Amino acid sequence: MPTRVYAGVEVTVNDEGFFTDPEQWREEMAAELAAESGIAVLTEQHWQVVKHMRHEYETKGTGPTVRALGKTSGVSIKELYQLFPKGPAKLAARIAGIPKPRGCI
Amino acid sequence: MTDKIEKVSIVVSKGSLEGVYPALIMANGARAEGIEANLFFTFFGLDAIHKARHEHIKLATVGNPGLHLATWAGGLPGMSAVMTHYLAGKLEKLDIPPIPEFLEMIADTGAGLYACKASVDLFGLSKEDFIDQIKDIITVGEFYDLAAGGQIIFT
Repeated sequence: MPTRVYAGVEVTVNDEGFFTDPEQWREEMAAELAAESGIAVLTEQHWQVVKHMRHEYETKGTGPTVRALGKTSGVSIKELYQLFPKGPAKLAARIAGIPKPRGCI
Repeated sequence: MTDKIEKVSIVVSKGSLEGVYPALIMANGARAEGIEANLFFTFFGLDAIHKARHEHIKLATVGNPGLHLATWAGGLPGMSAVMTHYLAGKLEKLDIPPIPEFLEMIADTGAGLYACKASVDLFGLSKEDFIDQIKDIITVGEFYDLAAGGQIIFT
């Protein structure tokens, strides 16, 4: 399993860079994770999505898909794609330190 | 990872439920992966973006062996409507939106929706007949320009 260092802490990730153990994630790591995905600055709205992602994972055991995010995060689909151009659910999950959501929609 | 797909252009040529949904799911799924996506509606696929028709896209119950229904039964009046209704319920349970809502969502993801000029002319339609999310009516040549450098999928 590959390892990476974020905020000075070594964590394990999968081949796509998703955390294999969400327990290893800390808020301080988010900025570095975002920068790797081409997001220079994490705005308040980014955080709203990332925290929601984390919350959904903790309560449901899996991260929401883009459609579910659009319905439940308080951020519209259009805005989600502006915030995370390379795929909202995928990027937000990676930044939130949770596995990649596997839904098709 | 090498050889990652960066762009897909999907041609929708059929006006049946099973002809339209796979294309929409693939386009939406592409955007969710950060892949650029275009949808090009041609021939009967135009029904999917036709304001008055796209709420009434039906499952083909005749000539569809996958339904495992006798051909004569598939042709019974109302059969297509019943099967479409049945499937719509199942799709909803999977959180797959109805076609009009799905198209809106796909446009919101930043995918480009286009109508084929030859087909629009053939059926005597115009831009006003289509949903607002349609960016343009384009020729085949323009479609190829748009699709350049990516993958083309025909459904």
